[in-house]
Amino acid sequence: MAQRASTASKESAQVIKDLHERMVRIRLFETEAGKLMEAGKLPGFLHLYVGQEAVAAGVMAALRDDDQITSTHRGHGHAVAKGVGFREMYAELYGRATGACLGRGGSMHINDVTRGMLGANGIVGAGVPIAVGAAFAARYKGEDSVAVTFFGDGATNIGAFHEGANMAAILGLPVVFVCENNGYAEFTPQSKHMLITDVAERAAAYGMPSVIVDGMDAVAVHRAAAEAVDRARSGEGPMMIEAKTYRYFDHQGVKGLRHPYRSDEEVAEWKARDPIDLLEARAVADGTATRAELDDAWQRTRDEIAEAIAYAEASPLPDTADLLLNVYSG
Amino acid sequence: MTTLTETQAVAPNRTARKLSYVKAFNEGLAQAMREDENVFVAGEDVAGYGGVFRMFDNLLDEFGPRRMIDTPISEAALVGLGVGAAARGLRPVVDLMFMDFIGVCLDQIVNQAAKMKYMFGGSVSVPLTITTASGAGLGAAAQHSQSLEAWLAHVPGLKVVMPCDAYTAKGLTVSAIRDDNPVVVMLNKVLLGSTCEVPEEIYGIPLGQAHIARQGSDVTVIALGRMVGEALAAADELATEGVEVEVIDPRTVQPLDTETMFASVRRTNRVLVVHEAVTFGGLGAEIAAQIQDTVFDHLDAPVLRIGAPFSPVPFSPVLEKAYVPDRARIVQGCRRLLERS
Repeated sequence: MAQRASTASKESAQVIKDLHERMVRIRLFETEAGKLMEAGKLPGFLHLYVGQEAVAAGVMAALRDDDQITSTHRGHGHAVAKGVGFREMYAELYGRATGACLGRGGSMHINDVTRGMLGANGIVGAGVPIAVGAAFAARYKGEDSVAVTFFGDGATNIGAFHEGANMAAILGLPVVFVCENNGYAEFTPQSKHMLITDVAERAAAYGMPSVIVDGMDAVAVHRAAAEAVDRARSGEGPMMIEAKTYRYFDHQGVKGLRHPYRSDEEVAEWKARDPIDLLEARAVADGTATRAELDDAWQRTRDEIAEAIAYAEASPLPDTADLLLNVYSG
Repeated sequence: MTTLTETQAVAPNRTARKLSYVKAFNEGLAQAMREDENVFVAGEDVAGYGGVFRMFDNLLDEFGPRRMIDTPISEAALVGLGVGAAARGLRPVVDLMFMDFIGVCLDQIVNQAAKMKYMFGGSVSVPLTITTASGAGLGAAAQHSQSLEAWLAHVPGLKVVMPCDAYTAKGLTVSAIRDDNPVVVMLNKVLLGSTCEVPEEIYGIPLGQAHIARQGSDVTVIALGRMVGEALAAADELATEGVEVEVIDPRTVQPLDTETMFASVRRTNRVLVVHEAVTFGGLGAEIAAQIQDTVFDHLDAPVLRIGAPFSPVPFSPVLEKAYVPDRARIVQGCRRLLERS
């Protein structure tokens, strides 16, 4: 459950542990997926989220199960943080019949409507208007759920983002726009694809308030998200959060630099402010969690992931006789 | 043209009266909205203004601004709104005004609406209806006159309907809204004012079922949308010469009822496909190929296609008239087929 954090000087132990657990789950899910990819076990593409965990964790900790999200190419972190299970996620990466998409989607398209996860998306920016539609449905039905759309800095150059932002604003819908600004649109640095430094400026064009947060600080993200979500839920319309963050791996895959589009120093600078390290140091200093409690979260998650990977590997492949399953309803 | 309405007299106890194509659409939509509270309409100028073609007249008065939503000119966000709302259990009707505008929201139609159910492993349906006006004939030129059904019919997950008259416009619209898939309803601009008998009560026409608009034994003409009327007129003309033309209206081009076509070809042994869209890569190519795959041995002549030339739709009325297939070209096509035997 969401805790309003904006006025608190110190997060409760419960919130800190929640944020920590969500980040650890993402980190381990992702690093293990990376290893499986490197080992040649996974077909297709893998866009890893490692480094950006504070954003997914901070936002999702402010949401309820019935709140909806739309995600990006880099969607594993959002799915994990929203509560999608490891088993169906790994099974999907393996293309198995037990996968989240029955093996029809793969890494780039994991979804779980029972968790309000309306899909990672292979088309940059496309999830933005879909979240607006989900928010529209909530209001139409008289429910007080909100929709959060995650997108990268690069997506804010595409029409669907601008159209979706304006549509949400003009209709006053409960949508939270979360820009995960990791500084790169694929391999192109932000300075080469837009002339502004802060994507949040773009919200002003639609009469939408915005806030910039440190995307490596889960507590800061969580506070901003709690405020934006409360605002949307109470009918005050959409808001944008720009989280400045960083991805540790390449745009796609684990490694495979064809040209050095970013420096080792830059990567090292960001890693020095690792979101999980930051939160752990803060928790121990604050006394909100003990080292043993934090270590326990890592170990429990490791065990769960090992079991989920074994489950995925033991899962059946899709039956080719069912190739046309779900092309149409009815 | 009388044959069309007579063979359509299928609903018992219906009270039919003449209604225009646009009013029949409007009536079907209003009845579908009364039937299901989850149906809403969003689009540019649909609420306050009633739609540029009067398609949505009076709906705001009855259903109010909660269910009739004027949106910015933002087709991508509009269709995306429909996709998200449909995935959350509503039945959106979004209007794209002119079919030509799908170019600016094709991602949301093709990559999102059409694929969502499949890529979600079946856990979600997208009961989205997209309404739009297609076709040439109003001097609206190349960006407001196209028939792009072949683009959409090529995409697994979409359904596409092309009503040829008022009766069909109402029935297909109701079925599109009731359907759990994304359906594009291609209304034809030239037909908007055309009238025929339309039952007052709500009724649906099954999607994916072709209609034999006129029975005949000598040649089969498969006509899409507005071309059905032209084909019936051609059939009337040929009948005076003793040639009996069977006219088939697929009504739905995706899914396409090829069985009805095959059965007709087995009876007539000659087939002409006519559509308003450009011939190259059009539905006629698909229909011709399927006929040759399945009933080749029944053909006395190669399948003939009539469509538009490979050009954007021209503006000048004289050019536009020459561009769109008509009764005379269909008559000529039928004669060519008959000469082959």
